[in-house]
Amino acid sequence: MATTIALNIPRTQPSLPRICFNEVRFELLKLSRNRAYLCSMIGFPVVFYLLFGVTNKASVFQGHTIARYLLAGYACFGAMGSSLFGIGAGLAFERGHGWLEMKRASPMPAAAYLLAKLCVSITFAVGITMLLMILGTAMAGVHITIIEALRLLSVIAAGVVPFASLGLVIGLLMPSNAAPGVINLIYLPLSFCGGLWMPIEALPHWLQHIAHGLPSFWFARLALGSLGYSDSSPLLAWALLASYTVVFLLAAAFIFRRQEAQA
Amino acid sequence: MATSVVLEPCHNTSIGHAEGSVIASLRSVSKKFGQQIALDRLSLELRRGEVVALLGPNGAGKTTAVRLLLGLSQATSGDVRIFGGDPRDRASRLRLGAMLQVGRMPETLRVREHLQLFSSYYANPRPLGDLLAVAGLEGLENKLFGTLSGGQKQRVLFALALCGDPDLICLDEPTLGMDVEARRAMWEQVRKLAARGKTILLTTHYLEEADALASRIVVIQRGKVIAEGTPQELKTADGSRSIRCTTSLQASFVSDLPGVTSVERDGDVMLVRTHRPEAVLRTMLAHDATLSGLEVRAAALEDAFLALTNNTTAAVQ
Repeated sequence: MATTIALNIPRTQPSLPRICFNEVRFELLKLSRNRAYLCSMIGFPVVFYLLFGVTNKASVFQGHTIARYLLAGYACFGAMGSSLFGIGAGLAFERGHGWLEMKRASPMPAAAYLLAKLCVSITFAVGITMLLMILGTAMAGVHITIIEALRLLSVIAAGVVPFASLGLVIGLLMPSNAAPGVINLIYLPLSFCGGLWMPIEALPHWLQHIAHGLPSFWFARLALGSLGYSDSSPLLAWALLASYTVVFLLAAAFIFRRQEAQA
Repeated sequence: MATSVVLEPCHNTSIGHAEGSVIASLRSVSKKFGQQIALDRLSLELRRGEVVALLGPNGAGKTTAVRLLLGLSQATSGDVRIFGGDPRDRASRLRLGAMLQVGRMPETLRVREHLQLFSSYYANPRPLGDLLAVAGLEGLENKLFGTLSGGQKQRVLFALALCGDPDLICLDEPTLGMDVEARRAMWEQVRKLAARGKTILLTTHYLEEADALASRIVVIQRGKVIAEGTPQELKTADGSRSIRCTTSLQASFVSDLPGVTSVERDGDVMLVRTHRPEAVLRTMLAHDATLSGLEVRAAALEDAFLALTNNTTAAVQ
């Protein structure tokens, strides 16, 4: 019997940064051409902000116009949407239709694939936040300093991570046709109960209690803090969001292993 | 379906089983899904320059075998190697190309962009123009994937498998949904790849495709290899030939001749299956001076395939 022989010298590996760059570039291109995705992802936060924030520009809350306060919440809402839909629905589609198998059989490093999805979610989240800032400033006289704007954008960018991890879990578990529906069932209650749509103080007491267990609540606390509203400790919020991230990633890894063993 | 077309096995390949270095192998590999056994101590070797067709009824274990070779799943027991390494290593995958069955893939990227992305996974990818030419995608490079026809989409997947100029290429149902012309064009490219010393593993439902392309066919059933050989070997394994002619002879007379296994009559046309075509013909010609329209051919691969998978004990090696 012939023995196994490696024919050539092992092929050189291309540079990882270059692969990651291309993966991000084409992921961004792919989603920015997908109208259905853009509509729901940018449309939701923008329309909600216009309806509940901008139209209420006369009402004052904690010394400022309510539109300024709600800017933080709707920025979080946009960030959650971009990561849950971008990663959750995107992964469910690519996994469900066999495209992920093609990618996995290629020499693409799995990290590049996940990193690209994360980077694109962050890009959209930051973009939506800037759009909301412009709308608020132009239409509702919202005033925020450059420093506050940068602080809010950083919170939004980093805050995408736990929801991206949750998106990963959904994308691995859900069949591609069910994913968008399931995501809405998680996304909308999580946003409402976390105090993203209206000040948390306006919610019933029992709901405020529940809110303290939700990642969306802590994300909103951080965003509000960046605009000078929240007095709760940012350290605690970051620690809780990091814990959520770890739990979601462990769950994703477990699900992936189990699926692989059954495949 | 049986045509008397001259078979075109890939003569350029090292057909002899002992020749050619083994570049990929499954050794006594079993794969269980819970209680169900998908592969049962299956062994398979792929050598340089071969086109191997994996045939078998649905659920026989073809896809499982391919997935193991691609490092997409892990064997329950046994050893899977490609290029002397673990298929799950990135180094092994750099020399591997796979065209899998993909229901849908990102539709808002252009053909060119899909190819650019896959090419970026390799240090020395095939040039874009080259890929477009080989896969027959010239003129389509700026089209969005979603606007392509089914056959064109298949060709993009084929091009993706070739981006890294791989030494081992796995093609899972490559010509599904293609018209005859596109199918022939792809066959031509597969032959060219084999001529360049590339190894191709093909799974297909089109027996005609396996017949036309494969230098070796491996028939799998219930997770085991039940037959292996060149298309010619498989077809003639039981020495059977079919004789077709227009004759006035009685079917009962012909079926009583020694070596005849079956006789079918359709009007004046008679179809005779036999292990001893020369002797049977001699008798038939002697008894019917008007016998005409004579055709003798090897059994079709389809017949051989059905015979094999219906009767697992008929090992052909």
